[in-house]
Amino acid sequence: MKFTWFHLMPYRYLPEGFKDKYRSVWVDIPRDLYDPKVGHRLYNDYLDQLEFADQMGFDGLGVNEHHQNAYGLMPSPNIMGAAMARRTRHANLVILGNSIALYNPPVRVAEEFAMLDVISGGRLVAGFPVGTSMDTNFCYGEVPATLREKYYEAHDLIIKAWTEPDVFAFNGKYTKLRYVNLWPKPLQQPHPPIWIPGGGSVETWDFVAEHDYQYSFLSYFGYIAGKKVADGYWNVMAKKGKELNPYSLGFAQVVAVADTDEEAERLYAPHMDYFYNRCLHVYNGFADAPGYRTVSTIRAGVLAQVGKEAALRREGLTWKDFVNEGYVIAGSPKTVRERLTHAMKSLNCGHLMILQQIGSMPPELVRKNTELFAREVMPHMRGMWPGFVDKWSPNPLPESERAMPAPINFTRKPTTNGKTAHAAAAATAAESRSAK
Amino acid sequence: MKTIQKIRDGKFSVELHTFGSGDPLLYLHGAGGLLGIDPFLEELGKNFKVIAPHLPGFGESTGGDQIDDVIDAALFYHQLMDELGIDSAHLVGHSIGGMLAAEVAALDVHRAKKLVLVGAAGFWIDETPIPDFFALDLSELGSYLFHDPKSAFAQMFLAVPQDMNALADMYVERVKRLSMASKFLWPIPDRGLKKRAYRIAAPTLVLWGSSDRLIPPVYANEFTKHIKHAKVQMIDAAGHMLPYEQPDAFCKAVTGFLKG
Repeated sequence: MKFTWFHLMPYRYLPEGFKDKYRSVWVDIPRDLYDPKVGHRLYNDYLDQLEFADQMGFDGLGVNEHHQNAYGLMPSPNIMGAAMARRTRHANLVILGNSIALYNPPVRVAEEFAMLDVISGGRLVAGFPVGTSMDTNFCYGEVPATLREKYYEAHDLIIKAWTEPDVFAFNGKYTKLRYVNLWPKPLQQPHPPIWIPGGGSVETWDFVAEHDYQYSFLSYFGYIAGKKVADGYWNVMAKKGKELNPYSLGFAQVVAVADTDEEAERLYAPHMDYFYNRCLHVYNGFADAPGYRTVSTIRAGVLAQVGKEAALRREGLTWKDFVNEGYVIAGSPKTVRERLTHAMKSLNCGHLMILQQIGSMPPELVRKNTELFAREVMPHMRGMWPGFVDKWSPNPLPESERAMPAPINFTRKPTTNGKTAHAAAAATAAESRSAK
Repeated sequence: MKTIQKIRDGKFSVELHTFGSGDPLLYLHGAGGLLGIDPFLEELGKNFKVIAPHLPGFGESTGGDQIDDVIDAALFYHQLMDELGIDSAHLVGHSIGGMLAAEVAALDVHRAKKLVLVGAAGFWIDETPIPDFFALDLSELGSYLFHDPKSAFAQMFLAVPQDMNALADMYVERVKRLSMASKFLWPIPDRGLKKRAYRIAAPTLVLWGSSDRLIPPVYANEFTKHIKHAKVQMIDAAGHMLPYEQPDAFCKAVTGFLKG
């Protein structure tokens, strides 16, 4: 069993009554709700948390891309990947991922992912989501009807850019390039492992099976509701004669560990409420642009993750319901061990994307949650899935061959008057400001 | 009368509705498609041979994957006219149908005898943005489309079936229609008509419902600004769904202009 510690990076300070006062947390949320000084603290807290997870022995650190929202503040997860590449050692960088249809030309993604792979010594997982309708259609203006076609073309271009030994020309419908010649090329050869995050579109499963990628189901409904999608995925894999290898499925699950079940409710319930009632408060009109989901997915009866339908399903749910229905796996280490083992078995899932910071959860609680999980739960689940080989994790350079960041020391280089270079520079800047 | 016409060696299958006889009048529907109850078409059939095709993606028409943008759509209508043996016709277009009718007339100036644009899309004014039609909830839609959202027709138009299968079918049809419409309208309904409209040679009537809240009446002036022989006529007590809300006034204005 592999564990990726996943961060959504929410804005933690949406006001009380947000749901009643504002129509959406995404797309047209008022800008004055964002305070960049608070944002400064949040980004740095969140990076600390990811780095902590690395030190606690998680296999991967997960980040993803969203736009114009307070649910997840990473328009560019690659920036987080770059920060982590320098300050983490062991864990893989699971960038889940870049919405490749949005970039013009998409080789930009091939380049940035190659940079991250090279800087990190081959620790990158390259995620290629289509992206939510809010992000792609409403924020980035992509025509819903052609989004998927553009996505597939971008995928083909990126793979070719990574694998083709010579300069080539690319005559696509959406991208035309005379010279494609990727510098740098990725460290992992032929390219980093590719994970496809999805919300249950049926054609994504065919695509994953065809290319032998890993499918990561990022559900907000927990493992019980998620089982329908997982079963759909395994059915497709079985029909195509693929090995039903648990490592080819990732699943996102909120997990909250405390000393006792009662303490879990007391500590985490308010943050679950914040997550479901503020972070996921998406205006129905933005949930699913016409043409974003294909007719076959709609016919398959897969529910949209956000919007009115999803909100109705969650309406009036209490902590007890969230626990019983599996939206969150919470409680003492023993309870979490049992339920999570059961959940992963029932999904046949080998890559857990664990969400341990959720909604308004403050840093000290995130640390407690992460540490308890790493010490009391993770070791007990490691041995699940004997006999299966994880073909979807990175293959980094051995640590002995990896470059390490030089130690940081700001007291070096004193100037003649005894100040550090840093302080001297600050003083000069202040002087020039007052001169103006 | 409803027929299915295969064109371009079967690449397109087109659901056609025809009414009456006389000079040919090609009617280009809006983003909702033909509703099946379109009394103004029958009325126009008293003076013209009305031909109302469903654009691919609408109704039973297929071949939508051949159409990516307004140029492809305009050429589809050219091809359809050719295969129906109609050199030129009066073109009447409503909403996105107006946008496409203008393109049909601009790309081949001999196609349109006269042009009627009804609450037409195709332009964008920063000061008067068009509401985001695609993000409107059904509960909000009525107030944007109709002068009187409480009228019997509006209520029928906005009704949601109770039966789950019928609801799913309705949803799928809506997705198919709006997927096609989004190729012309998403995210901003300006696809360069302002560059091409100078080519339109046909006398043009720009018809608007004076209480159109989806594409506000101020947009009528954009058409007269860019089209040589265009004049505006406002119709009272009508919103964006003008042909349905005021069929008599609509038919009178259209017939008067085309016969005049």
